[in-house]
Amino acid sequence: MGRMIEIRWHGRGGQGAKTASLLLAEAAFDTGKYVQGFPEYGPERMGAPITAYNRISDEPITIHSNIYEPDYVIVVDETLVLAVDVTAGLKKDGAIVINSAKDPEEFRPLLRGFEGKIYTIDARKISVEELGRYFPNVPMLGAIAKITKLMDEDAFIKAMEKSFHHKFATKPHVIDGNMRALKRAMQEVKGL
Amino acid sequence: MAIKDKLSGNEAIAVAMRQIDPDVVAAFPITPSTEVPQYFSQFVANGQVHTEFVAVESEHSAMSACIGAEAAGARTMTATSSQGLALMWEMLYIAASLRLPIVMSVINRALSGPINIHNDHSDSMGARDSGWIQLYCENNQEAYDNLIQAIRIAEHKDVQLPVMVCYDGFITSHAVENIELLEDEKVKAFIGEYKPEHYLLDKDNPISMGPLDMPAYYFEHKRAQAEAMKNAKRVILEVAQEFEKLTGRKYGYFEEYKMEDAEVAIVIMNSTAGTAKFVVNELRKQGVKAGLIKMRVFRPFPFEELGKALSHLKAVAIMDKADSFSTAGGPLFTEVRSAMFDYARDTKAVSYIYGLGGRDVRTDEIMTVYQDLLEIVRTGEVKSTFNYLGVRE
Repeated sequence: MGRMIEIRWHGRGGQGAKTASLLLAEAAFDTGKYVQGFPEYGPERMGAPITAYNRISDEPITIHSNIYEPDYVIVVDETLVLAVDVTAGLKKDGAIVINSAKDPEEFRPLLRGFEGKIYTIDARKISVEELGRYFPNVPMLGAIAKITKLMDEDAFIKAMEKSFHHKFATKPHVIDGNMRALKRAMQEVKGL
Repeated sequence: MAIKDKLSGNEAIAVAMRQIDPDVVAAFPITPSTEVPQYFSQFVANGQVHTEFVAVESEHSAMSACIGAEAAGARTMTATSSQGLALMWEMLYIAASLRLPIVMSVINRALSGPINIHNDHSDSMGARDSGWIQLYCENNQEAYDNLIQAIRIAEHKDVQLPVMVCYDGFITSHAVENIELLEDEKVKAFIGEYKPEHYLLDKDNPISMGPLDMPAYYFEHKRAQAEAMKNAKRVILEVAQEFEKLTGRKYGYFEEYKMEDAEVAIVIMNSTAGTAKFVVNELRKQGVKAGLIKMRVFRPFPFEELGKALSHLKAVAIMDKADSFSTAGGPLFTEVRSAMFDYARDTKAVSYIYGLGGRDVRTDEIMTVYQDLLEIVRTGEVKSTFNYLGVRE
């Protein structure tokens, strides 16, 4: 049986962590995987911590509970590292990816004894430079695809391009910027 | 060729409704069902369906409008959740007793209070005696498949009853998963055109609907309603067989998962059945003869079939995502055990109420239920018949 990868997203309401989890599910689907993408709904307020999840597998997935022992944790807002126990249940051989300009090891003391791998990606810098505005999702997706090696890199890039053409059908001028942001993020992840 | 896609449960239901292209949809938004009329109203605005979309001011009005439309002879659909279903209450009984084949998605959510937007089955379980057929769904695929089959079941001339297609709020409604869709023309061919026998706009055969029914005839009408529900048992299987020919996907009254040689099993509904299947697989790896029954059809209730399916077990746990406050187990437990009295009297049965108000149900919790069953088998003793799972006592 193929291995099932479980991912937990931490973000703040309005930052698009839920959308990112759905985009990741979409990209993985496009590369032939079985997928789940789902948010954990709470009181929906801008800025409040939110959680979203992905399961990705080569086999059909039947579990419908939340994820308690993820293989990967993605933190879209680095201030959450202090506010939420982001490494709760994270597997020892798993990894955490944080949206930050800092170096990965700067987070080690804040992660409550987590011994696994830490990566950072400066999604803000990439997004602002390539899109002119701060949308962390696409760089985060690029980073997670690079780190997890869940999907063949070229297939992932093609799947994302297809998804952008669909998603941005009414504003095609943003597609190039998003593609550049995606590819840059795959190169600029720190901690590899 | 099936169309492979990835959709949330609500998206899947909206797509099915687009393919069905009903004459009338009347709906009022309520979380987590809101997306269904929302997505569908986009199809209406885009001219992708010919449906008359009626935006009403409450769920009571939504069901009333559905009743009026269906009585007039229109194929009619709607969707709701929780308090919305509760507000429809008196009209649910009218729809069923007027024998109007309305099809409604119920996106299961806890009833207030305390106020809560998350999943359990207290809304549709409360409507179990309203005369509606009830189909339950594990995932987005089953929601889509059941909605299409529901049209055929509801409109069958021997049935003519409304159908609720129930799936879990958020867990299924808002989760994106893989799904196989049918082509539009295949859905249209499968459901066919709606040709009601009696309807208000049939000017050549004028009828009256909903008049006063005194003691001289009321009972006969209710008896006929019960007979229609009995007919539904046959029709549900006939429609399922045809659907299997079309899709390869098999449906019955319930799904038996690794039941053939099972000694212990749980009976459960909707999304948690999938979580429990994972646990069954784990137990099987350890050599434990564990099985599972997932209910699909709760109304009509498959009394004999289910009773017999449990007869070879040593112990069974019946799990309810709703409490009936009888202090004697949830609604599913009560009915399953009643069937077991005739067909599975040697099987020990215990009740678990779980997951109320969206309390997440983990695999390790389901595992403890199987461990409890194995303990019952080992000792031959039931220490506790009525149990709660995953709650702070």
